[in-house]
Amino acid sequence: MGFLDALFGRRKSSKQVAKERLQLVLSHDRMRIPPGILEPLKDDLIDVISNYIEIEESGITVEFDDSDGDTRSLVASIPVIGMRRDRR
Amino acid sequence: MGETLVITSGKGGVGKTTATANIGAALANLGYRVALVDADIGLRNLDVVLGLENRIVYDLVDVVDGFCRLKQALIKDKRYERLYLLPAAQTKDKSAVSPEQMRNICDQLKEVNLSTEAGGAEYLDYIIVDSPAGIEQGFKNAVSGADRAFIITTPEVSAVRDADRIIGLLEAESLARPQLLINRLRPNMVRTGDMMDIEDTIDILAVSLLAVIPEDDRIVVSTNRGEPVVNNSSSLAGQAFMNAARRITGEEVPFLEMDGDRSFIRRLGQFFGLRGR
Repeated sequence: MGFLDALFGRRKSSKQVAKERLQLVLSHDRMRIPPGILEPLKDDLIDVISNYIEIEESGITVEFDDSDGDTRSLVASIPVIGMRRDRR
Repeated sequence: MGETLVITSGKGGVGKTTATANIGAALANLGYRVALVDADIGLRNLDVVLGLENRIVYDLVDVVDGFCRLKQALIKDKRYERLYLLPAAQTKDKSAVSPEQMRNICDQLKEVNLSTEAGGAEYLDYIIVDSPAGIEQGFKNAVSGADRAFIITTPEVSAVRDADRIIGLLEAESLARPQLLINRLRPNMVRTGDMMDIEDTIDILAVSLLAVIPEDDRIVVSTNRGEPVVNNSSSLAGQAFMNAARRITGEEVPFLEMDGDRSFIRRLGQFFGLRGR
């Protein structure tokens, strides 16, 4: 019952899921960047940033954004806890 | 001077051949002279969809190889007097023809005098090339002689993704601004949120829309019989193909009201001509 689920906000409609999956896969296709590099990139970012700032690792998102059309950006959202006292 | 159109998709099985046959028949019905070119060498099918499979003597590769003249290989349709087919070879493969040779064929087709009367002069108005699936040589052949390109997709993740890839490749072939045919739309599934609608698909691909063809059982029946569906006034898909043909000629035709997608049709105007990847 995809329709009722969508009506009561229980689940996204399957067409919404299809659209979001397509937008993600196409942003990678168009840039010719395989999606599999984002995980190791994220791990490296955590390592580097953690040298300076204490961050909330579970809240990090790293993704490409081509909603602007011409320019494509790498957008990282990294929740900050605070300055590292014991800076390496 | 005739114009060469190509219908392509990337993904197989989304309706390239059906669309080619029906838009060709519709244009012929509107009074234009049309040749359909099957560029799917080795896997020809346009002949059976049109019901002309038993009339083939020469094919496209015979013309390229100089075994016959172009006009000899053109098969005149049984029902539509202005419709012709240039069949693909069935025993060769894609490498039997080069993009340059294909471009030559398309250019030569524009010069063929179809008139059977002495002193008569009748030339093709439209040449429609039915592209094979894929992005390899067969696709490159099919688009090489084209003046305008049309992409056909179904509202499914796999077909839309492939269509996006094709749009990029067409730009590389200087066929910018292709127009989109959305095929096999199921209004009842759109209504329940289980199928991407016209707006979603256009939003993602950022191209302008030529036509939306609803899913229609009569397509199966007409293909079984080897007859285009455009003359069947009870077929919604047939009407949609006829409207697509009219728009190709430059006529402004309102989009079919398809239950379940009404809100979109009102807003369609603002999407028209939209482009910007």
